[in-house]
Amino acid sequence: MPESFQLTVLTPVRTLLDERVESVVAPGAEGYLGVLANHAPLITALIPGKLAVRLAGGETRAFALSGGFLEVSANRAVILADAMEEPGQIDVERAKRAAERARERLRDIHGKLDVERAEAALARALNRVKVISEPRE
Amino acid sequence: MATIKQIRRRIRSVKNTQQITKAMEMVAAAKLRRSQDRVTSARPYAARIGAMLENLAAAAGDVSHPLFEVRPVRRRALVVIASDKGLCGSFNMNVIRAAERIMEEGERSSWDLVPVGRRVNQYFGKRGWAFGYTLPELGDQVDAARAHALAQELVAMQLRGQVDRVDILFTRFVSTMSRRVESVPLLPVAAGHIDGGAVKEYIYEPSAEAIFRTLLPRYVENRILQVMAESLASEHSARMVSMGAATNNARDVISNLTLVANKIRQAAITREISEIVGGADGQKRS
Repeated sequence: MPESFQLTVLTPVRTLLDERVESVVAPGAEGYLGVLANHAPLITALIPGKLAVRLAGGETRAFALSGGFLEVSANRAVILADAMEEPGQIDVERAKRAAERARERLRDIHGKLDVERAEAALARALNRVKVISEPRE
Repeated sequence: MATIKQIRRRIRSVKNTQQITKAMEMVAAAKLRRSQDRVTSARPYAARIGAMLENLAAAAGDVSHPLFEVRPVRRRALVVIASDKGLCGSFNMNVIRAAERIMEEGERSSWDLVPVGRRVNQYFGKRGWAFGYTLPELGDQVDAARAHALAQELVAMQLRGQVDRVDILFTRFVSTMSRRVESVPLLPVAAGHIDGGAVKEYIYEPSAEAIFRTLLPRYVENRILQVMAESLASEHSARMVSMGAATNNARDVISNLTLVANKIRQAAITREISEIVGGADGQKRS
């Protein structure tokens, strides 16, 4: 059996996950990255994407992560997530509406800051929709 | 002297009030439980993001982020957080008094007051203060969108040099019975300096500085979220305590009034008896 390590997912609201896991695949700012036990100390920014976790024992779970940070040290991974949902918790219609709103905003705004925000909102919404449609890939 | 009818009416009215205060006490207790959970369950994230910020600040070495820049203080912003509603004892007034004390220092024009919550807005609005920014309502529970908007505006004020320093005045939740008005510095961000030896050999992706830049706004936002949560928990506990006291007072008032009512009733009965007795005596003699 592969070695396991502790994964903790924290959001500003509460602790979402605190489990022994065998592997974590997270959407890093520079592309997806995998973390196994005894990984070197690491801090990285995360972008909206799918967080895939293999729990100790082999069960796999997928989450829609809306960006955040990952810190690995001393065989312990901590994710500071902006928000995170399991596919069952996502409201697809709401996510689609949010995506539509963001697209609309992108069409008729000019300020740089607003574009960034709308793009970020669009990325989060599309990610939620995507994780629902293909949770196991 | 009040008639027995008047006193009975007063008892009934106090009883109605007591029912209301009792209900408000229970509602506040329920809300307190929720917001207290919110304060505790949010602590791990807050602690971790603070630790990560320190780690990154140390790793990035000579950080020259504008939010870190300590400037000579000419203008200051004071964020004053209290509640939307009253009936919570001296909760709002304590915060307002503390704010006034702090702002005695220096000219009125050197302050950018940022009131959060309806009560503080009303109080300072009536006294002719101009607001640097305001959240007219705080709501019942912590609202991330409001915290986000406030954080963005405060950061923008600091960055464009409108203010050189931002502090937050709020009520820290200590326990149900105890609260403390506290002011904490928000900007410029003071990274606690950790010993160089404590920085481990981390891999930073993309780079310590880049992560630091994205982390910083979230850190500021989280600080605001935390103080809002503390203030809300304090508000609900203050309301619960003061409504509990009001309910007890109503009980005392009712028991006193009942006593008076009984005395008057007894006096009337006694008077009637003595009149009857007197009347009977008179008839006997005649």
